[in-house]
Amino acid sequence: MSEILALPLAAGLLLAMFSGPLGAFVLWRRMAYFGDALAHAALLGVAAGLALGISLQAGIFIVAAGFAALVSFGQRQRRLATDTLLGILAHGTLAVGLLLVSLNHRSAIDLEQLLLGDVLSVTVRDLYFLLPATTLGLAALVGLWRPLLSLTVDQDIARMEGVRVGAVTAAFMTLMALMVALAVKIVGVLLITALLIIPAAAARHLSRSPEGLAIGASLAGMAAVVGGLLVAVRFSLPAGPAIVVVAVGLFVASLAVRR
Amino acid sequence: MTEKGPRQAPLLDLDSVSFSRAGRLIVDAVSLTVGAGEIVTLIGPNGCGKTTLVRLALGLEKPDRGRVTRLPGTVGYVPQKVTIDETMPLTVHRFLRLGAPGGRGACRAALAEVGAAALLESMMHSLSSGESRRVLLARALLRRPALLVLDEPTQGVDVGGQGDMYRLIRRLRDSHGCGVLLVSHDLHLVMKETDRVLCLNRHICCSGAPEAVSRDPEYLSMFGQAGADALAVYAHHHDHAHTLGGSVESSAGDDGR
Repeated sequence: MSEILALPLAAGLLLAMFSGPLGAFVLWRRMAYFGDALAHAALLGVAAGLALGISLQAGIFIVAAGFAALVSFGQRQRRLATDTLLGILAHGTLAVGLLLVSLNHRSAIDLEQLLLGDVLSVTVRDLYFLLPATTLGLAALVGLWRPLLSLTVDQDIARMEGVRVGAVTAAFMTLMALMVALAVKIVGVLLITALLIIPAAAARHLSRSPEGLAIGASLAGMAAVVGGLLVAVRFSLPAGPAIVVVAVGLFVASLAVRR
Repeated sequence: MTEKGPRQAPLLDLDSVSFSRAGRLIVDAVSLTVGAGEIVTLIGPNGCGKTTLVRLALGLEKPDRGRVTRLPGTVGYVPQKVTIDETMPLTVHRFLRLGAPGGRGACRAALAEVGAAALLESMMHSLSSGESRRVLLARALLRRPALLVLDEPTQGVDVGGQGDMYRLIRRLRDSHGCGVLLVSHDLHLVMKETDRVLCLNRHICCSGAPEAVSRDPEYLSMFGQAGADALAVYAHHHDHAHTLGGSVESSAGDDGR
C-alpha cells in the first residue's frame, strides 16, 4: 500500500502546503465564490489545452489567469454586482468548457476525472512539475506577504503607504490561477475551493497571528491529504472527496477545541 | 525649529477640483489649502462630498477637472473605519507594523501618544470605534507624517470621547507640527479645535476662521439652529481658554522616542 500511496501523498502534500496560505487570503478577503468561479473556468482551460496542444495545466493556468483579469476589469466597471458578474463568467466558461471538451471526441478526457480529480493516477512526471511550481508559488507568496496582508487589511491605507495595490493584487490572482491549475488533477474542479477554504477555516480558531493561520491552514490541509488518501485506498473510495471530508472533520474538531 | 510662516507653500493645495460619479457632480470646483501646523476642518451635511474630497486630496481618486498638489512628504491617512475580516487574527502590534518599519518600542510609543498604550496586544477586531480610531492614528503617526488626513475621526465615538479626540488631534499638531485636514459633522466640538473651517455642500459654501464661519449666513442656512448652538458653545469655551492663537509650539524633544 505504501508504494501506491507515495506519489499521490507527495502531490497532495505539496498542493496542500501551497493552498494553505492562499486559502487564508481567500478567507480574509471573502473570495470563496471567486475561488469557485476560477475553478469552473478551469474546465475551459482544459479545453483550451487540448485545442492548442499544450499541457492541460498550462491551458488551465492561462485561462484562469485571463479569467481573474476579466473579473478585475468587470469589477472596476461597476456595472454589475460582483457575485452576478462571477456567476455569469463562471457558469459561462464552465458551460463553454464542457461543450468544447465533449466536442473533442479524440481526446481520452474523462469528465468525471476532471470534476472529481484523480490523485491516485499521479505520475512521477506530474511531480517534476508540481514540486518546482508549488515551491516557486510559495516563495512568491512569502515575498508578497507583507504588502498583500496590508492591502487585505485596508486597501486605501496600503495605497497611501506606498503599496502598489494593482500589481500586488494581480500577482496574487496569478498565484490563485496557478493553484487551480495544479489542483484540478488532484481534487478536481468541484472541490478546489474546499481545499482553499476548509483548512484555513479549521486553522482560524487556533491561531493568534495571520502567519499562524496560514501555516496552520497548510498543516490542516496536509493532514487532510494524508487522512483522505488512507481512507480512499483502504475503502476504495474517490480520493478527492475523501480528502475534503477529512478536512471538514478537522474543521468541526477545531470548533470543539477553540477557547 | 523653523518658524512656520503663514504664507509658506501649502502642504496640500486643491485648485478648483471637480469630480463626478455616474454622471452626478459630487465635488464642484473646490479649492482649499492646508499649511504646515494648520488644522483645516471640512464640515457639511451627509452626502455633501466630504469623503470624496478627502479621497481626491489623498490621490485615491483622480479629479475630472482641477489640480491637486501635495508637497513631498508623508501623508498619514486615518479613514472612517477599517473593516478587518473577523477571521483574521491580527493584534494591534502587528497591525501597526504592517504600515511602518519600527520595532515594538516605536509601536508602544505611538500608542502611548494617542492614549492607547494598553492596546498593544489586543486583537484588532475586539476594539471599540474610539480605540480603533486611536490605533489608526498611531499607525499614521509612526510614519511621521507632514500632513494628517482624518475622515470623521469621531464617527461612532461617544460624546465624551469626541472632545478628547479633537483635543488629541490638536495636541499632535502641536507636538509634530504637521498640517491636519479633518472631516467632521460634529459642529461645536470641531469649532474649538480648528484653525480654519470650510463648509462643503458639493462646493465650498463658506470658509474662514471658526468664529467668522459660524456667523456666515450660508453656514447658518446650512446648519440652522444646530449651527447657532455650536457658536454658543464655541464662544463660551473661547472666553476661558487662550489656546487658539494658531501658534505652533514645537517641542524640542522629539515626542520621547
